[in-house]
Amino acid sequence: MLTKRIIACLDVRDGQVVKGIQFQQLRHAGDPGELARRYNVEGIDEVVVLDITATLETRQALARTINAVAREIFLPLTVGGGIRSEDDAAAAIDAGADKVSLNTAALRNPDLITTLARRYGSQAVIVAIDAKRLGGGFGVFVRSGTADAARDAVEWARQAESRGAGEILLTSMDRDGTKAGFDCDMTAAVSDAVEIPVIASGGAGTFDHFTDVFTRGHADAALAASIFHYAESSVSDLKRHLRDRGIPVRL
Amino acid sequence: MIALIDYGAGNLTSVRKALTALGADFTIPTSAEMCSQAAGLIVPGVGHFAATAALEGEWLQAIKAAVEDGVPLLGICLGMQWLFEGSDEAPDVQGLGVIRGRITKLRNDPARRLKIPHVGWNALQFRTNPSTALETAPRLLSGLPSGAQVYFTHSYAAPVTDECIAATEHANTFSSVVERDNIFGVQFHPEKSGDAGLQILRNFLQACGC
Repeated sequence: MLTKRIIACLDVRDGQVVKGIQFQQLRHAGDPGELARRYNVEGIDEVVVLDITATLETRQALARTINAVAREIFLPLTVGGGIRSEDDAAAAIDAGADKVSLNTAALRNPDLITTLARRYGSQAVIVAIDAKRLGGGFGVFVRSGTADAARDAVEWARQAESRGAGEILLTSMDRDGTKAGFDCDMTAAVSDAVEIPVIASGGAGTFDHFTDVFTRGHADAALAASIFHYAESSVSDLKRHLRDRGIPVRL
Repeated sequence: MIALIDYGAGNLTSVRKALTALGADFTIPTSAEMCSQAAGLIVPGVGHFAATAALEGEWLQAIKAAVEDGVPLLGICLGMQWLFEGSDEAPDVQGLGVIRGRITKLRNDPARRLKIPHVGWNALQFRTNPSTALETAPRLLSGLPSGAQVYFTHSYAAPVTDECIAATEHANTFSSVVERDNIFGVQFHPEKSGDAGLQILRNFLQACGC
Protein backbone atom coordinates (compact mmCIF):
# COMPACT_ATOMS: atom_id res chain seq x y z
CA MET A 1 0.00 0.00 0.00
CA LEU A 2 1.27 3.44 -0.92
CA THR A 3 2.34 5.23 2.25
CA LYS A 4 1.73 8.84 3.22
CA ARG A 5 4.91 10.86 2.83
CA ILE A 6 6.48 13.11 5.44
CA ILE A 7 8.60 15.82 3.85
CA ALA A 8 11.06 18.10 5.63
CA CYS A 9 11.55 21.61 4.33
CA LEU A 10 14.86 23.40 4.73
CA ASP A 11 14.55 27.15 4.26
CA VAL A 12 17.96 28.19 3.06
CA ARG A 13 19.58 31.58 2.74
CA ASP A 14 23.16 31.99 1.57
CA GLY A 15 23.86 28.33 2.20
CA GLN A 16 22.48 28.24 5.75
CA VAL A 17 19.18 26.98 7.17
CA VAL A 18 17.61 30.06 8.62
CA LYS A 19 14.26 29.18 10.14
CA GLY A 20 13.27 27.88 13.52
CA ILE A 21 16.25 25.77 14.41
CA GLN A 22 15.87 25.04 18.06
CA PHE A 23 17.77 21.78 18.12
CA GLN A 24 20.74 22.70 20.30
CA GLN A 25 23.63 21.26 18.31
CA LEU A 26 22.33 22.60 15.05
CA ARG A 27 21.56 26.11 16.19
CA HIS A 28 25.05 27.33 15.54
CA ALA A 29 25.79 25.13 12.57
CA GLY A 30 22.69 25.96 10.53
CA ASP A 31 24.06 23.51 8.04
CA PRO A 32 21.63 22.03 5.48
CA GLY A 33 23.71 18.90 4.90
CA GLU A 34 23.86 18.18 8.63
CA LEU A 35 20.12 18.65 9.06
CA ALA A 36 19.36 16.47 6.03
CA ARG A 37 21.58 13.73 7.43
CA ARG A 38 19.69 13.78 10.74
CA TYR A 39 16.30 13.66 9.02
CA ASN A 40 17.47 10.78 6.86
CA VAL A 41 18.45 8.77 9.94
CA GLU A 42 15.06 9.53 11.50
CA GLY A 43 13.22 8.25 8.43
CA ILE A 44 12.17 11.34 6.50
CA ASP A 45 10.68 10.40 3.11
CA GLU A 46 11.77 13.44 1.10
CA VAL A 47 13.60 16.71 1.53
CA VAL A 48 12.73 20.11 0.05
CA VAL A 49 15.34 22.86 -0.11
CA LEU A 50 13.67 26.23 -0.42
CA ASP A 51 15.91 29.13 -1.38
CA ILE A 52 14.25 32.02 0.40
CA THR A 53 16.50 34.73 -0.98
CA ALA A 54 16.68 33.47 -4.54
CA THR A 55 18.58 36.34 -6.04
CA LEU A 56 21.02 35.92 -8.86
CA GLU A 57 23.93 36.51 -6.50
CA THR A 58 22.96 33.52 -4.38
CA ARG A 59 22.54 31.07 -7.28
CA GLN A 60 25.99 29.60 -6.90
CA ALA A 61 25.55 29.29 -3.16
CA LEU A 62 22.32 27.42 -3.85
CA ALA A 63 24.06 24.96 -6.17
CA ARG A 64 26.60 24.27 -3.43
CA THR A 65 23.79 23.77 -0.91
CA ILE A 66 21.91 21.35 -3.19
CA ASN A 67 25.12 19.45 -3.69
CA ALA A 68 25.81 19.29 0.04
CA VAL A 69 22.30 17.97 0.78
CA ALA A 70 22.30 15.53 -2.16
CA ARG A 71 25.57 14.05 -0.90
CA GLU A 72 23.97 13.19 2.44
CA ILE A 73 20.76 11.54 1.36
CA PHE A 74 19.58 8.96 -1.15
CA LEU A 75 16.02 10.24 -1.09
CA PRO A 76 13.99 12.42 -3.44
CA LEU A 77 15.23 16.00 -3.24
CA THR A 78 13.18 18.97 -4.39
CA VAL A 79 14.51 22.48 -4.90
CA GLY A 80 12.28 25.54 -4.97
CA GLY A 81 12.39 29.27 -4.57
CA GLY A 82 13.03 31.62 -7.45
CA ILE A 83 13.11 29.03 -10.25
CA ARG A 84 12.07 31.32 -13.08
CA SER A 85 13.41 29.70 -16.22
CA GLU A 86 14.40 26.44 -17.83
CA ASP A 87 18.04 27.35 -17.09
CA ASP A 88 17.32 27.83 -13.37
CA ALA A 89 15.65 24.41 -13.29
CA ALA A 90 18.48 22.78 -15.21
CA ALA A 91 21.04 24.25 -12.80
CA ALA A 92 19.13 22.86 -9.79
CA ILE A 93 18.74 19.43 -11.38
CA ASP A 94 22.38 19.31 -12.46
CA ALA A 95 23.39 20.13 -8.90
CA GLY A 96 21.49 17.05 -7.64
CA ALA A 97 17.80 17.95 -7.35
CA ASP A 98 15.31 15.31 -8.50
CA LYS A 99 12.41 17.73 -8.72
CA VAL A 100 11.96 21.48 -9.00
CA SER A 101 9.15 23.45 -7.46
CA LEU A 102 7.71 26.33 -9.50
CA ASN A 103 5.58 29.06 -8.01
CA THR A 104 5.37 32.62 -9.36
CA ALA A 105 7.07 31.68 -12.62
CA ALA A 106 4.47 28.99 -13.35
CA LEU A 107 1.61 31.45 -12.96
CA ARG A 108 3.32 34.06 -15.08
CA ASN A 109 4.37 31.55 -17.73
CA PRO A 110 2.45 28.24 -17.52
CA ASP A 111 4.35 27.00 -20.59
CA LEU A 112 7.38 26.60 -18.31
CA ILE A 113 5.57 23.68 -16.61
CA THR A 114 5.13 21.97 -19.97
CA THR A 115 8.68 22.71 -21.12
CA LEU A 116 10.18 21.21 -17.96
CA ALA A 117 7.78 18.24 -17.97
CA ARG A 118 8.84 17.42 -21.54
CA ARG A 119 12.52 17.75 -20.72
CA TYR A 120 12.64 15.99 -17.34
CA GLY A 121 9.27 14.21 -17.02
CA SER A 122 6.25 15.29 -14.99
CA GLN A 123 7.63 13.56 -11.91
CA ALA A 124 10.31 16.27 -11.78
CA VAL A 125 7.90 19.21 -11.82
CA ILE A 126 6.05 20.37 -8.72
CA VAL A 127 3.79 23.40 -8.87
CA ALA A 128 3.72 25.23 -5.55
CA ILE A 129 0.53 27.13 -4.73
CA ASP A 130 0.38 29.64 -1.87
CA ALA A 131 -3.27 30.24 -1.08
CA LYS A 132 -5.59 31.63 1.54
CA ARG A 133 -9.31 31.69 2.23
CA LEU A 134 -10.95 34.40 0.21
CA GLY A 135 -14.67 35.04 -0.25
CA GLY A 136 -15.78 31.44 0.28
CA GLY A 137 -13.01 30.09 -1.95
CA PHE A 138 -9.22 29.85 -1.90
CA GLY A 139 -7.24 32.64 -3.54
CA VAL A 140 -3.74 32.25 -4.95
CA PHE A 141 -0.97 34.66 -3.93
CA VAL A 142 2.46 35.13 -5.49
CA ARG A 143 5.79 36.78 -4.80
CA SER A 144 6.14 35.11 -1.41
CA GLY A 145 2.51 35.80 -0.66
CA THR A 146 2.61 39.54 -1.20
CA ALA A 147 0.57 39.80 -4.39
CA ASP A 148 -2.96 38.58 -5.13
CA ALA A 149 -2.81 36.53 -8.31
CA ALA A 150 -6.58 36.80 -8.77
CA ARG A 151 -6.80 33.06 -9.32
CA ASP A 152 -8.71 30.31 -7.59
CA ALA A 153 -6.45 27.65 -6.07
CA VAL A 154 -8.59 24.70 -7.20
CA GLU A 155 -8.85 26.00 -10.76
CA TRP A 156 -5.10 26.76 -10.91
CA ALA A 157 -4.21 23.30 -9.56
CA ARG A 158 -6.32 21.70 -12.29
CA GLN A 159 -4.64 23.82 -14.94
CA ALA A 160 -1.16 23.06 -13.58
CA GLU A 161 -1.99 19.36 -13.80
CA SER A 162 -3.17 19.66 -17.39
CA ARG A 163 0.04 21.56 -18.23
CA GLY A 164 2.15 18.64 -17.00
CA ALA A 165 2.79 19.18 -13.29
CA GLY A 166 3.53 15.93 -11.43
CA GLU A 167 2.58 17.12 -7.95
CA ILE A 168 1.01 20.12 -6.22
CA LEU A 169 2.61 21.65 -3.12
CA LEU A 170 -0.22 23.54 -1.46
CA THR A 171 0.65 26.00 1.31
CA SER A 172 -2.00 27.64 3.47
CA MET A 173 -0.92 31.23 4.07
CA ASP A 174 -3.53 31.53 6.81
CA ARG A 175 -1.93 28.70 8.75
CA ASP A 176 1.75 29.06 7.87
CA GLY A 177 3.80 29.52 11.00
CA THR A 178 0.75 29.44 13.29
CA LYS A 179 1.07 25.80 14.41
CA ALA A 180 -2.75 25.78 14.39
CA GLY A 181 -2.97 22.80 12.03
CA PHE A 182 -3.12 22.35 8.27
CA ASP A 183 -6.06 23.84 6.36
CA CYS A 184 -7.78 20.49 5.79
CA ASP A 185 -10.75 21.96 3.89
CA MET A 186 -8.51 23.67 1.37
CA THR A 187 -6.26 20.63 1.00
CA ALA A 188 -9.25 18.34 0.42
CA ALA A 189 -10.76 20.75 -2.12
CA VAL A 190 -7.57 20.72 -4.20
CA SER A 191 -6.76 17.04 -3.67
CA ASP A 192 -10.25 15.98 -4.78
CA ALA A 193 -9.99 18.15 -7.91
CA VAL A 194 -6.77 16.65 -9.31
CA GLU A 195 -5.38 13.20 -10.05
CA ILE A 196 -1.79 14.10 -9.14
CA PRO A 197 -0.54 13.91 -5.54
CA VAL A 198 -1.04 16.92 -3.27
CA ILE A 199 1.49 17.87 -0.60
CA ALA A 200 -0.05 19.86 2.24
CA SER A 201 1.97 22.59 3.90
CA GLY A 202 1.48 25.30 6.49
CA GLY A 203 0.31 25.01 10.07
CA ALA A 204 1.86 21.80 11.38
CA GLY A 205 2.08 22.10 15.16
CA THR A 206 1.22 18.69 16.59
CA PHE A 207 1.31 15.09 15.43
CA ASP A 208 -2.49 15.05 15.29
CA HIS A 209 -2.39 17.84 12.72
CA PHE A 210 -0.72 15.34 10.40
CA THR A 211 -3.36 12.72 11.20
CA ASP A 212 -6.05 15.28 10.30
CA VAL A 213 -4.51 16.33 6.98
CA PHE A 214 -4.09 12.71 5.87
CA THR A 215 -7.68 11.82 6.79
CA ARG A 216 -9.95 14.89 6.53
CA GLY A 217 -7.55 16.74 4.22
CA HIS A 218 -7.08 13.89 1.71
CA ALA A 219 -3.38 14.83 1.46
CA ASP A 220 -0.90 12.46 -0.15
CA ALA A 221 2.06 14.00 1.67
CA ALA A 222 2.66 16.61 4.35
CA LEU A 223 5.50 19.07 4.54
CA ALA A 224 6.79 20.85 7.60
CA ALA A 225 9.82 22.86 8.63
CA SER A 226 10.06 24.07 12.19
CA ILE A 227 8.25 21.16 13.90
CA PHE A 228 11.10 18.83 12.96
CA HIS A 229 13.75 21.19 14.27
CA TYR A 230 12.55 20.51 17.81
CA ALA A 231 14.51 17.65 19.28
CA GLU A 232 11.37 16.19 20.89
CA SER A 233 9.46 16.04 17.60
CA SER A 234 11.44 13.53 15.65
CA VAL A 235 10.28 12.24 12.30
CA SER A 236 10.32 8.68 13.66
CA ASP A 237 8.05 9.62 16.60
CA LEU A 238 5.63 11.28 14.19
CA LYS A 239 5.56 8.22 11.95
CA ARG A 240 4.90 5.85 14.85
CA HIS A 241 2.07 8.14 15.96
CA LEU A 242 0.53 7.99 12.48
CA ARG A 243 0.97 4.23 12.19
CA ASP A 244 -0.79 3.72 15.53
CA ARG A 245 -3.74 5.65 14.09
CA GLY A 246 -3.98 3.44 11.03
CA ILE A 247 -2.21 5.75 8.56
CA PRO A 248 0.26 3.88 6.35
CA VAL A 249 3.79 5.25 6.67
CA ARG A 250 7.29 4.02 5.91
CA LEU A 251 8.96 2.93 9.14
CA MET B 1 33.55 -1.36 -15.16
CA ILE B 2 29.80 -0.72 -15.14
CA ALA B 3 28.34 0.95 -18.23
CA LEU B 4 25.60 3.45 -17.37
CA ILE B 5 23.57 3.99 -20.52
CA ASP B 6 22.62 7.62 -21.17
CA TYR B 7 19.92 7.92 -23.83
CA GLY B 8 18.63 11.32 -22.76
CA ALA B 9 15.68 10.13 -20.64
CA GLY B 10 15.91 12.23 -17.53
CA ASN B 11 19.03 13.03 -15.59
CA LEU B 12 21.58 10.53 -14.37
CA THR B 13 22.88 12.60 -11.47
CA SER B 14 21.30 10.58 -8.68
CA VAL B 15 22.24 7.19 -10.16
CA ARG B 16 25.84 8.38 -10.59
CA LYS B 17 25.86 9.71 -7.04
CA ALA B 18 24.66 6.36 -5.65
CA LEU B 19 27.20 4.36 -7.69
CA THR B 20 29.95 6.71 -6.53
CA ALA B 21 28.87 6.31 -2.90
CA LEU B 22 29.06 2.53 -3.33
CA GLY B 23 32.57 2.82 -4.74
CA ALA B 24 31.57 1.43 -8.14
CA ASP B 25 33.77 1.94 -11.15
CA PHE B 26 31.46 3.15 -13.92
CA THR B 27 31.46 4.94 -17.22
CA ILE B 28 28.89 6.43 -19.58
CA PRO B 29 29.60 4.72 -22.90
CA THR B 30 29.80 6.93 -25.94
CA SER B 31 29.45 4.10 -28.45
CA ALA B 32 27.31 0.95 -28.48
CA GLU B 33 30.35 -1.31 -28.94
CA MET B 34 31.51 -0.43 -25.42
CA CYS B 35 28.59 -2.46 -24.00
CA SER B 36 30.27 -5.78 -24.71
CA GLN B 37 33.33 -4.77 -22.63
CA ALA B 38 31.34 -3.88 -19.52
CA ALA B 39 31.10 -5.96 -16.34
CA GLY B 40 27.49 -4.85 -16.09
CA LEU B 41 24.99 -2.57 -17.79
CA ILE B 42 22.55 -0.17 -16.16
CA VAL B 43 19.68 1.33 -18.17
CA PRO B 44 18.10 4.07 -16.03
CA GLY B 45 15.46 6.51 -17.21
CA VAL B 46 12.33 8.34 -16.22
CA GLY B 47 9.49 9.72 -18.25
CA HIS B 48 7.80 8.55 -21.42
CA PHE B 49 8.43 5.14 -23.04
CA ALA B 50 8.91 6.94 -26.36
CA ALA B 51 12.28 8.15 -25.03
CA THR B 52 13.61 4.59 -25.35
CA ALA B 53 13.30 4.97 -29.13
CA ALA B 54 16.80 6.50 -28.87
CA LEU B 55 18.04 2.99 -28.05
CA GLU B 56 16.50 1.33 -31.09
CA GLY B 57 19.01 0.10 -33.63
CA GLU B 58 22.66 -0.36 -32.66
CA TRP B 59 22.30 0.24 -28.92
CA LEU B 60 19.46 -2.27 -28.62
CA GLN B 61 21.42 -4.84 -30.63
CA ALA B 62 24.62 -4.25 -28.63
CA ILE B 63 22.84 -4.50 -25.28
CA LYS B 64 20.99 -7.64 -26.38
CA ALA B 65 24.24 -9.24 -27.55
CA ALA B 66 25.98 -8.38 -24.26
CA VAL B 67 23.10 -9.84 -22.25
CA GLU B 68 23.19 -13.04 -24.34
CA ASP B 69 26.92 -13.22 -23.53
CA GLY B 70 26.00 -13.18 -19.83
CA VAL B 71 26.69 -9.53 -18.97
CA PRO B 72 24.38 -8.55 -16.08
CA LEU B 73 21.80 -5.89 -17.02
CA LEU B 74 19.81 -3.72 -14.59
CA GLY B 75 16.87 -1.68 -15.86
CA ILE B 76 15.64 1.07 -13.55
CA CYS B 77 12.08 2.48 -13.83
CA LEU B 78 11.64 3.19 -17.55
CA GLY B 79 14.73 1.01 -18.05
CA MET B 80 12.92 -1.94 -16.48
CA GLN B 81 9.89 -1.35 -18.68
CA TRP B 82 12.19 -1.39 -21.69
CA LEU B 83 13.24 -4.99 -20.85
CA PHE B 84 9.75 -6.07 -21.96
CA GLU B 85 8.42 -6.30 -25.51
CA GLY B 86 6.71 -2.94 -25.62
CA SER B 87 4.43 -0.49 -23.87
CA ASP B 88 0.93 0.86 -24.36
CA GLU B 89 2.46 4.28 -23.67
CA ALA B 90 4.28 4.25 -27.04
CA PRO B 91 2.94 1.33 -29.08
CA ASP B 92 5.26 2.00 -32.02
CA VAL B 93 8.44 1.75 -29.96
CA GLN B 94 10.05 -1.64 -29.53
CA GLY B 95 11.38 -2.81 -26.16
CA LEU B 96 14.47 -4.97 -25.66
CA GLY B 97 12.15 -7.98 -25.47
CA VAL B 98 14.25 -10.12 -23.13
CA ILE B 99 11.18 -10.55 -20.92
CA ARG B 100 7.85 -11.55 -22.42
CA GLY B 101 4.93 -9.25 -21.81
CA ARG B 102 3.77 -5.72 -22.31
CA ILE B 103 3.75 -2.58 -20.14
CA THR B 104 0.28 -1.21 -19.40
CA LYS B 105 -1.09 1.84 -17.64
CA LEU B 106 -1.67 1.53 -13.92
CA ARG B 107 -5.26 1.71 -12.76
CA ASN B 108 -6.52 4.36 -10.36
CA ASP B 109 -9.27 3.93 -7.80
CA PRO B 110 -10.90 7.23 -6.81
CA ALA B 111 -13.05 5.54 -4.16
CA ARG B 112 -9.89 4.43 -2.32
CA ARG B 113 -8.05 7.66 -3.23
CA LEU B 114 -5.47 5.72 -5.21
CA LYS B 115 -4.08 8.13 -7.80
CA ILE B 116 -2.06 7.94 -10.97
CA PRO B 117 0.86 8.64 -11.13
CA HIS B 118 1.86 6.28 -8.34
CA VAL B 119 4.25 8.50 -6.39
CA GLY B 120 5.84 7.66 -3.07
CA TRP B 121 7.05 4.83 -0.89
CA ASN B 122 5.44 1.43 -1.29
CA ALA B 123 6.26 -2.11 -0.22
CA LEU B 124 7.99 -4.90 -2.11
CA GLN B 125 6.06 -8.13 -1.55
CA PHE B 126 8.48 -10.95 -2.28
CA ARG B 127 7.06 -13.74 -4.39
CA THR B 128 7.84 -17.36 -3.72
CA ASN B 129 6.19 -18.78 -6.78
CA PRO B 130 7.38 -22.35 -7.44
CA SER B 131 6.87 -21.77 -11.16
CA THR B 132 9.42 -18.99 -11.13
CA ALA B 133 11.84 -18.92 -14.01
CA LEU B 134 14.72 -18.51 -11.56
CA GLU B 135 17.06 -21.45 -11.21
CA THR B 136 18.73 -20.00 -8.14
CA ALA B 137 17.57 -17.80 -5.26
CA PRO B 138 16.98 -14.20 -6.36
CA ARG B 139 20.13 -12.17 -5.96
CA LEU B 140 18.82 -8.64 -6.32
CA LEU B 141 16.84 -8.66 -3.05
CA SER B 142 19.51 -10.36 -0.95
CA GLY B 143 19.64 -8.96 2.58
CA LEU B 144 16.23 -7.27 2.39
CA PRO B 145 13.01 -8.36 4.11
CA SER B 146 9.76 -8.78 2.23
CA GLY B 147 7.78 -5.59 2.82
CA ALA B 148 10.83 -3.33 2.37
CA GLN B 149 9.75 0.16 1.30
CA VAL B 150 11.11 1.84 -1.83
CA TYR B 151 10.39 5.04 -3.76
CA PHE B 152 8.23 4.87 -6.90
CA THR B 153 7.18 7.49 -9.42
CA HIS B 154 5.45 6.13 -12.55
CA SER B 155 2.14 5.72 -14.38
CA TYR B 156 2.86 2.53 -16.35
CA ALA B 157 4.01 -0.83 -15.04
CA ALA B 158 4.89 -4.41 -15.94
CA PRO B 159 2.60 -7.40 -15.48
CA VAL B 160 3.36 -10.06 -12.88
CA THR B 161 5.18 -12.72 -14.93
CA ASP B 162 7.38 -15.68 -14.00
CA GLU B 163 10.37 -13.32 -13.73
CA CYS B 164 8.64 -11.26 -11.04
CA ILE B 165 10.44 -11.72 -7.70
CA ALA B 166 8.61 -8.88 -5.94
CA ALA B 167 5.23 -7.34 -6.64
CA THR B 168 3.71 -4.11 -5.38
CA GLU B 169 0.10 -3.23 -4.78
CA HIS B 170 -1.60 -0.04 -5.90
CA ALA B 171 -5.10 -0.12 -7.44
CA ASN B 172 -3.76 -3.16 -9.25
CA THR B 173 -0.77 -5.37 -8.45
CA PHE B 174 2.26 -4.94 -10.69
CA SER B 175 5.74 -6.31 -11.03
CA SER B 176 8.17 -4.14 -9.06
CA VAL B 177 11.28 -6.36 -9.32
CA VAL B 178 12.16 -8.85 -12.05
CA GLU B 179 15.11 -11.21 -12.21
CA ARG B 180 16.06 -14.02 -14.56
CA ASP B 181 19.63 -15.22 -14.79
CA ASN B 182 21.65 -12.06 -15.57
CA ILE B 183 18.59 -9.87 -16.28
CA PHE B 184 17.38 -7.57 -13.49
CA GLY B 185 14.77 -4.81 -13.39
CA VAL B 186 13.30 -2.51 -10.74
CA GLN B 187 10.28 -0.28 -11.30
CA PHE B 188 11.22 1.99 -8.38
CA HIS B 189 14.28 4.21 -7.95
CA PRO B 190 16.91 2.41 -5.85
CA GLU B 191 19.07 5.55 -6.02
CA LYS B 192 16.33 7.43 -4.12
CA SER B 193 15.17 4.65 -1.82
CA GLY B 194 17.51 5.15 1.12
CA ASP B 195 19.37 2.18 2.59
CA ALA B 196 17.08 -0.43 0.96
CA GLY B 197 17.81 1.03 -2.47
CA LEU B 198 21.56 1.14 -1.88
CA GLN B 199 21.45 -2.53 -0.81
CA ILE B 200 19.77 -3.45 -4.12
CA LEU B 201 22.41 -1.57 -6.12
CA ARG B 202 25.11 -3.27 -4.04
CA ASN B 203 23.53 -6.66 -4.87
CA PHE B 204 23.62 -5.81 -8.56
CA LEU B 205 27.28 -4.76 -8.36
CA GLN B 206 27.98 -8.08 -6.66
CA ALA B 207 26.24 -9.95 -9.49
CA CYS B 208 28.57 -8.06 -11.85
CA GLY B 209 31.57 -9.20 -9.86
CA CYS B 210 32.35 -5.60 -8.91
